Amino acid sequence: MHTVHTVLLLADPPAQTLPARSMMAFTLASHIILVPMGVALPLITLLMHGYGLRRGDATALLLARRWSAVMAVQFAIGVVTGTVLSFEFGLLWPGLMGRWGDVFGIGFGVEAWAFFLEAVLIAVYLYGWRRLPSRTHFLLGLPLPLVALLGAFGILAANSWMNTPRGFTLDAAGNPVDVRIWKAVFTPMFGPEYWHFVFAMFVTAGYVVAGVYAVGRLRGRRDHYHRLGFTVPFTLAAVCTPVQFVLGDSIARQVFQKQPVKFAGMEIVWKTATHQTEYLYGRLHPDGTVTGGIGIPGLDSVLAGFRPDTRVTGLTSVPAADRPTPTQATIAHWAFDTMVGIGSLLLLLALWYGGLWLWRRRLPASPWFFRGAACAGVASVAAVECGWITTEVGRQPWIVYQNMRVAEAVTATRSTGLWIMFAVIVVVYVFVFGSFLAVLLRMRSRWRLADGQGGPRPPKETPEPDTPETETPYGPRSAGSRL
Amino acid sequence: MIAGVIAVVLLLAIAAYACGGGTDYGAGFWDLTAGGTARGKRPRQLIDHAMEPVWEVNNVWLIFVLVIMWTGFPVLFQRVFTTMWLPLALAAVGIVLRGAGFALRRPARRLAGRRLYGAVFAVSSLLTPFFLGTAAGGVASGRVTATTTASTDAWANPTSLLFGLLAVAATATLGAVFLAADARRFAAPDLDRYFRHRSFAALAAVAVLAVVTLVVTHDDAPHVWHGLTHGVGLVFVVVAVLATLATAWLLTRPSGAWSRVTAVGVVAAAVIAWGMAQRPYLVPTSLTVAEGAGAPSTLRWLGLVTLVALVLVVPAVALLYWLDTHGELEGLTDADLRRDSAP
Repeated sequence: MHTVHTVLLLADPPAQTLPARSMMAFTLASHIILVPMGVALPLITLLMHGYGLRRGDATALLLARRWSAVMAVQFAIGVVTGTVLSFEFGLLWPGLMGRWGDVFGIGFGVEAWAFFLEAVLIAVYLYGWRRLPSRTHFLLGLPLPLVALLGAFGILAANSWMNTPRGFTLDAAGNPVDVRIWKAVFTPMFGPEYWHFVFAMFVTAGYVVAGVYAVGRLRGRRDHYHRLGFTVPFTLAAVCTPVQFVLGDSIARQVFQKQPVKFAGMEIVWKTATHQTEYLYGRLHPDGTVTGGIGIPGLDSVLAGFRPDTRVTGLTSVPAADRPTPTQATIAHWAFDTMVGIGSLLLLLALWYGGLWLWRRRLPASPWFFRGAACAGVASVAAVECGWITTEVGRQPWIVYQNMRVAEAVTATRSTGLWIMFAVIVVVYVFVFGSFLAVLLRMRSRWRLADGQGGPRPPKETPEPDTPETETPYGPRSAGSRL
Repeated sequence: MIAGVIAVVLLLAIAAYACGGGTDYGAGFWDLTAGGTARGKRPRQLIDHAMEPVWEVNNVWLIFVLVIMWTGFPVLFQRVFTTMWLPLALAAVGIVLRGAGFALRRPARRLAGRRLYGAVFAVSSLLTPFFLGTAAGGVASGRVTATTTASTDAWANPTSLLFGLLAVAATATLGAVFLAADARRFAAPDLDRYFRHRSFAALAAVAVLAVVTLVVTHDDAPHVWHGLTHGVGLVFVVVAVLATLATAWLLTRPSGAWSRVTAVGVVAAAVIAWGMAQRPYLVPTSLTVAEGAGAPSTLRWLGLVTLVALVLVVPAVALLYWLDTHGELEGLTDADLRRDSAP
């Protein structure tokens, strides 16, 4: 193991590293946009659906149906972009899987059957609207949020293991033996990462969905439909935001405890000392100086250990080859600060909403609140991206923290081939995500047009007979028998 | 012992993906060959309608295969993905285009959009099983080794190409047989005939390709050839042949009942025969199951995870297939998404 390290210290990272990392970063960054929707949109839709059933509110049911139609497309694209990530484990990081697959791969096994259940339940939910009895349909959808949480379990177990690997011993050749699965799944970073991630998903999905209706409200649409479409997801997100703030604070301290060098990168701390300065942004240079940014003396130590004399480990506590480069540290630091900044703004927005609700029992009337709410969706997606950049870039140069370098894990395929494939993937993803957005926008304008023409009418008892527009040309023979 | 069990689980998962995912790829194949907008309208509508609720579930079998590979047999995973880099990368791209094309085709309204998404879906439905097949052929012919680099020879060789073509033909068979059954379910006798004819053609292609593959493997993949012509491998080859004949016979009967079961039997038996023929190797003559296996404790846990999966997933998937084949699942239509409707 040590000889490998020395060799790598002397050699430059292989040419494959840059394209492989770019490709992984690009595909994950794209996929992660869909993840909050995949995890939390079923919950939000079920909340709306349940509300509609309980109150007999046709508008709530309409919203739930429309969100289902969006979910159908979004889930499909999430499934395929997620499959690509599984392939990339082998295509880009065969060294990681070859050596460590049997240590940390089992979490993905749990994830695989969670996906099965999720795919089944979501298919039943999305395609059950028309023919299943309404109670059965709703009840079959209810396990969806739980299954989504189970799916997140697997991927988070794997990622937290990469950050705080354990549950194995190394033999003389540096290969893991004596694997203890339980310890490898429930690593020190698992709990904090899992809850931080899950709440991030709820917050993000809530703000994204609510943001659509906030825009509608800003454009003067103040009917029951927009009010409901805004309130349900926003309330969920607003309740989760303070919890997420506390969880975020706690995970940062966990990183300080368990991965001090990563924490040093996130906070651009150069030398180990007490009374560390907290920098808001700023840039770390190779000589350890920081330019730009706002420095608050002593605050970093206080945040890490509640006291100014907390000793915070610096980047220079380990050799240069075992820590993030100054550029990587700066990237992680900026991503971290941006995430915290967005989180703080979202907390203010949630407090505004919650405070007014508690005291006055009404929605804020100020357009500034709705402007904020309209931006909250995009902002929270940005925060998710930043959080992910923080944890991945902050872990550099390790793929398995202190056990395997990214450069050791990368594929031996020629770097030209990787660059070409990266270009292909970019084109394909731009096409897919662009089309997805176009389809969503067209759905929205179609519905708005239909709403404008039809106007709210009292709901009918039975489903409409198939109109010529419906795309099912020949119904099953048993059509209607179950209704 | 436990490694052998997990290897069987891996093989069964591959067989399940070949049958489940294969049916969907096959539907895409017939979408590709359905002709122009007017001529292909009805077959395409049937394909959309039949695939819609189940294809995502079928895709999860692939994830399951990958997870078992990297957790149970990390070395195999590493070697396959290193040597079969290009076909697997292309298959991954194909999977994205196919799923996205299919999902986007339905909500798209304009003819140009539907054409574009439909073409993307159909073409990648052809390419993805081909490339996955070539990767499997590379494994079967022992070209996946620790020292092989990702050269074209690793996958552009007779066995790989035939495995790829066989994969396409098998998916086309499954797709046509299932679509014919769906057409009967939706009381569309013309489409039933349409897809029955195509089932025969595809089945004949499978039979011819299978014979050619057997001849080619004699020299190109001798270990697999020996396994296919002896012992358990031979038993499954015979089962596959019998299932092929049964499928052909059932397709001539007016009701067509059970043809889906026998068609799945053809593909599943063929995949299992291949796996059995490879015994005791994961990759013939360079990596045995025992050598490639991960840590024993992990394999035991993987066995447990599989058991839980069986208990949880099988009833769920069965429920979905039951609901689907009984016409309970149907996509939301425009009418359902307007204010004056309440299904």
